[in-house]
Amino acid sequence: MWQIFHKLGSPKWFFGIATRLMPWLLAGALALLAVGLVWGLAFAPKDYLQGNSYRIIFIHVPSAFLAQSVYIMMASAAVVTLVWRMKLADVFVKAVAPVGLVLTFLALFTGAVWGKPTWGTWWIWDARLTSMLILLFLYGGAIALDRAINDEKSAARAVAVLVLVGVVNIPIIKYSVEWWNTLHQPATFKLTEKPSMPAEMWVPLLLSVLGLYLMFGWLACLRMQTEILVREQRTRWVKEHVLARRAG
Amino acid sequence: MSVLNASDVACAHRPGYGALMSEPILQATNLQCERDERMLFRDLSFSILPGTVTRVEGANGTGKTTLLRILAGLNDAWSGELLWCGKSRNWHREEFLRNVLYLGHRPGIKALLTPMENLRALVAARRPVADTVLRQALSGTGLDGFHDVPCRRLSAGQQRRVALARLLIADEPLWLLDEVFTAIDAKGVSAIEALLQQRAAEGGAVVVTTHHELQLPGMRSIKLGEVAAQ
Amino acid sequence: MNAETRPLIKPQESGVSTVAAMRAVFSRDMKVAFRQRQDLLNPLLFFVMVVTLFPLGVSPEVSFLREAGAGILWVAALLSVLLSLDHLFRHDFDDGTLEQLVLQPQPLFLLVLAKTLAHWVLTGLPLVLLAPVLGVMVHLEGNSIAVLCLTLLIGTPVLSLIGSIGAALTLGLRSAGVLLSLLIIPLYIPVLIFGTGTVAAATEGAPVGAYVALMGAFLVLAITLAPFAAAAALRISLSNS
Repeated sequence: MWQIFHKLGSPKWFFGIATRLMPWLLAGALALLAVGLVWGLAFAPKDYLQGNSYRIIFIHVPSAFLAQSVYIMMASAAVVTLVWRMKLADVFVKAVAPVGLVLTFLALFTGAVWGKPTWGTWWIWDARLTSMLILLFLYGGAIALDRAINDEKSAARAVAVLVLVGVVNIPIIKYSVEWWNTLHQPATFKLTEKPSMPAEMWVPLLLSVLGLYLMFGWLACLRMQTEILVREQRTRWVKEHVLARRAG
Repeated sequence: MSVLNASDVACAHRPGYGALMSEPILQATNLQCERDERMLFRDLSFSILPGTVTRVEGANGTGKTTLLRILAGLNDAWSGELLWCGKSRNWHREEFLRNVLYLGHRPGIKALLTPMENLRALVAARRPVADTVLRQALSGTGLDGFHDVPCRRLSAGQQRRVALARLLIADEPLWLLDEVFTAIDAKGVSAIEALLQQRAAEGGAVVVTTHHELQLPGMRSIKLGEVAAQ
Repeated sequence: MNAETRPLIKPQESGVSTVAAMRAVFSRDMKVAFRQRQDLLNPLLFFVMVVTLFPLGVSPEVSFLREAGAGILWVAALLSVLLSLDHLFRHDFDDGTLEQLVLQPQPLFLLVLAKTLAHWVLTGLPLVLLAPVLGVMVHLEGNSIAVLCLTLLIGTPVLSLIGSIGAALTLGLRSAGVLLSLLIIPLYIPVLIFGTGTVAAATEGAPVGAYVALMGAFLVLAITLAPFAAAAALRISLSNS
């Protein structure tokens, strides 16, 4: 058991697995996203209230969904970093934090673009948008702390502490922002009060969410591989790998 | 300025050191430490025996201070095995900490507090010690007349002496001393040497790093820097 | 291995109790702070000045100030706590006191809690005491001022506790001050929301008991968890120095 665990943590082992896994992830991601997005953007029925503008949810919802689950994934990896000191967990957190930041930004941006036709304004201090904005800050803080510490092991552990503190706070932040929202503005606009979706809408949405997950998996593998090559550049297997790539 | 006077101040406050232990108080096996992507040392094995003074040797940047910090438990970016009296040090942290005294090159002296207040705060964390004993220890390091002057008015050497006063009343069996001779004058140096030797004779174990040529009979050494030279 | 063959090694239970060690840490921090009284005034002056900026920069209208006053005071208090956090561990780090603290046999998170408590007594508490004066200056009503002070009294220790994590994480880093703010401000948002929200509810005449209880829950949560995180962060920062 422990040996398997140890092996799982070995960067070299992961590098090999990732190389084999990545084509499948990418193919699955592209297929699902293509079907989901084309269906959603071109063929799904119009919303009877919002017309065509609602179609941005096929990008907005997947990215918002993933932005939050990436943080949860980072927190799980942070536990592994702190408890078992597994190098791979360090690499994961470092590799996916910027991806999470970009996804959060994408969710905010598409939310703003959606807000213009729906609410008549680019930004509204809606509880969900505000929570996402704070999530953006949390990602930014983690990345900034990682950049500020030179020693990569210390950086990984410090970021792990920060991410765990953040993940404890996320439900509190969400709850308080929702409370604040109802306190300050009576719920004129609410994302949640949409009519329940017909299947022609939610099936493509589900497909795009799954597709984006696979895309994230592919991107995470790619970024982790890059990070592993940098960290392990002095080891023999990396030198051999680079030479083999150059020769091939 | 009077010199450090180890013999008559403090022994009475230490528990009796009857039997000497022959087992290592600290045993390191295959220590490895990498810092900022540079291998400081690897496969480093040694044992610290009671009744010995051990000097960590090596040029600048070979990891002397880092090794001492690893032994003290301040730095945990290392791999290998570290046994405290035959038990894992990391799993018996509290007991270990009760039994080790670490003096870093930043000695933990607050410039705004007086030597007495500093010493009291440093010792109070470990055991209650009467003020008269603390005063004696300070006088023993040649700080007579400076007991109640804020430390920022003292010279660098005097400030270090405040920290060294801890050695005169320390009852921890393991001392880890980093650059202990820095800013100390010649007379002070020989007094510290005598103190370390006396400590070893009592059955304590001392590990020091120093640029100063330390020559004590029976002194052991740990040499660092071979990895860097490769 | 019996005691007779190991006369040197002290048993685990010997030495100083944790409470005594915490008291020693607390009183040393207080003593050091009072040797440099000027530094204690700085966060307070900052607090007053930030509050002054709002009537000057936005509007001196009574109606505006009455509505925004609690928020202004809370934001100003939050910023001055943030400003003072850099000192929480920095001096101890520079002179080596922190190394000695980590090497004390008592549980580090409790010693950190004692230090954080000292920090609150030296910065948060004076802010709470000063708040009524500023509350009058921004035309808050008596009842609102009382509730404001209560929320600050419960909220500022939470700010110190959460802040101690950030201060420990950024110890010894370049531009630690700015980084500290980036890490900590998002975590301060719930405290700010409930602090000002409670005052707003009081101004509208709504019962505030539930909100105050909720802030109390924040405080309990922060006392339980933050010292662990800060202690872990301190070890990491020291390990790296």
